[in-house]
Amino acid sequence: MQHLPPAPKVRALQIWTFPRGSAKRGRMNAPTPNSFRTLPDERGHFGQFGGRYVAETLMPLILDLEAEYRKAKADPAFQAEFDDLLEHYVGRPSPLYFAPRITEELGGAQIWFKRDELNHTGAHKINNCVGQILLAMRMGKTRIIAETGAGQHGVATATVCARFGLPCVIFMGATDVARQAPNVFRMKLLGAEVVPVTAGAGTLKDAMNEALRDWVANVHNTFYIIGTAAGPHPYPEMVRDFQSVIGKEARVQMMERTGRLPDVLVAAIGGGSNAIGLFHPFLDDPSVKMLGVEAAGHGLDKEHAASLAGGRPGILHGNKTYLLQDEDGQITEGHSISAGLDYPGIGPEHSWLKEIGRVDYTSVTDKEALNAFQLLCRTEGIIPALEPAHAIAAVQKLAPTMDKDQIILANLCGRGDKDIFSVAEHLGVSL
Amino acid sequence: MSRLAQAFAKGRPALVTFVTGGDPTPDATASILDALVEGGADVIELGMPFTDPMADGPAIQLANLRSLGAGTTTAAIFRIAAEFRARHPEVPLVLMGYANPMTIRGADWFATECVKAGVDGVICVDIPPEEDPELGPALRDAGVSLIRLATPTTDHARLPAVLDGSSGFLYYVSVAGITGMQQAAQASIDEAVARIKASATIPVAVGFGVRTPDQAAAIARVADGVVVGSALVDLVAKHGTDAAGPVKELTAALAAAVHSARKGAF
Ligand SMILES: Cc1ncc(COP(=O)(O)O)c(C=O)c1O
Repeated sequence: MQHLPPAPKVRALQIWTFPRGSAKRGRMNAPTPNSFRTLPDERGHFGQFGGRYVAETLMPLILDLEAEYRKAKADPAFQAEFDDLLEHYVGRPSPLYFAPRITEELGGAQIWFKRDELNHTGAHKINNCVGQILLAMRMGKTRIIAETGAGQHGVATATVCARFGLPCVIFMGATDVARQAPNVFRMKLLGAEVVPVTAGAGTLKDAMNEALRDWVANVHNTFYIIGTAAGPHPYPEMVRDFQSVIGKEARVQMMERTGRLPDVLVAAIGGGSNAIGLFHPFLDDPSVKMLGVEAAGHGLDKEHAASLAGGRPGILHGNKTYLLQDEDGQITEGHSISAGLDYPGIGPEHSWLKEIGRVDYTSVTDKEALNAFQLLCRTEGIIPALEPAHAIAAVQKLAPTMDKDQIILANLCGRGDKDIFSVAEHLGVSL
Repeated sequence: MSRLAQAFAKGRPALVTFVTGGDPTPDATASILDALVEGGADVIELGMPFTDPMADGPAIQLANLRSLGAGTTTAAIFRIAAEFRARHPEVPLVLMGYANPMTIRGADWFATECVKAGVDGVICVDIPPEEDPELGPALRDAGVSLIRLATPTTDHARLPAVLDGSSGFLYYVSVAGITGMQQAAQASIDEAVARIKASATIPVAVGFGVRTPDQAAAIARVADGVVVGSALVDLVAKHGTDAAGPVKELTAALAAAVHSARKGAF
């Protein structure tokens, strides 16, 4: 029986008034009696969040998946195959990059990027897909399904399916099919069937509903590769574990390069997989503060996709977590310029980390993200995806409030090739 | 004896009918529920609309959207239920829906509202036995039946957990899939119902994919009840606020088939 760690002693990050010189630098050497890295409990709960809220048809399968994942996690051969594919197929480790010109332009803390946009397929999503497809094959499943928003997870899933020769069906909201056309074409080239979902607003949550419907009807042979650290247990844990390669590498790289840990980690949050992948290996380092960045869309008082800032705990897609919803518990549509952040929920571990105060969460608007997108292009010669552009926008606000010898490490979790058409449109340029 | 127990103790199989509350409008639902009763339904399932009906096929998805589009709230569902109870003191009424609308104000609030509105039971699609604390204790304390689902994937090892804390009846979902799909092969239904009835002390009703009186009769030969949903919802989709007539007609045909399914068989 694992016990919840008591409320942490970590000071909340006063994000926009980060006092100069006041942040603890270096490592606090006092041992931590409690760990933030022991959850979920055996029922898949992170405090009150998480769990397995699925139809009975799926329940035996979820239990099976959990048992098989436990075995795989303990199996050195599984880990070795995962590591090998990440190195030789995905191109890991991804570089840790000090960004001198954006650092200079913002005039505060040193800005470093974990460059997961250089991964094969252009985002962090592939890390998780490699892990899950290995598990699918271990379980003898012969057909893969997935949901996708920006199309990055769909592309990554289609990629591993091509690599291992498994048929692949990708559910994608019709709205997203239209705004992420290059990725739709990529998935088709890779041999996947792309099913546009017209229910609701035709975005990520509708795609996930449809994937769940397919899964219940095809439980016997189908493995559902969920693309973010959400869904029924064990997905939030499993996706986190596969994505934790980001934070594990970054921690080692940062120590090697600077001899110390970063002061603040920053990552964009859709469902929260790139963020938890970066954060988790640092959770027990008390000197490291963390900032998750949600999509504020047109503004928190208007349409947005910031579930923590504007939502309440509820149950959707197999887990209890913060959700955008009305007073009757009807789910409201998110909005973000970034299709990958346009989801009315968030992974349950983030809901827990918010409630206990270990991680701070903020949000940035479409406009701020667009500006940050251009800033990174101009200063560093890197075209980011619109999702990490949100993280960069938060860095833009945070860095000037910090000392020049402090370090911000942001997750550059995707490249912007997929977004150039929609960015052009927002900037009033016709291609 | 509770209203649900009575419905299954009439010496013949029971017809259980489902429609989505508030479809096509909150005001039109009363006439449709009355048509189900007049047609001969023994148990009424009233669907609580949800924006994300993950376990439902296109017919019931659209019904949910029509209902929400017409402004149906949780308060409206309980008003429909309370008015039904006033008109039909004897007919058991069950709410069926998803976890979030049921738990958002707290399980105790929901259970209390069920009691006030005369609701006999609740079917929650996405709360399996593993998450029972979310809703089960509140319903049991309030004396409202928690009706669980068993499915083709519910094996022998799981069945006791599904039955534990269930009351009213057990809803056997005959196909691994969503509502409105094709019906499972009759032989597989016969086998599953026999297996479940060997362990269950409550009645077993079978649903998902049952559309015609012939299908219903075949199931009623082995099960304690037959659930029909999408076929009735399709009539509401087609006839809108004038659906009561066609709904009553189909219900009557289904009721005749179900109620007489075992006559002469023994
Ligand atoms: C590049 C990129 N970053 C972030 C996200 C958001 O997902 P998550 O919060 O799980 O990292 C997506 C989703 O499509 C993405 O493509």
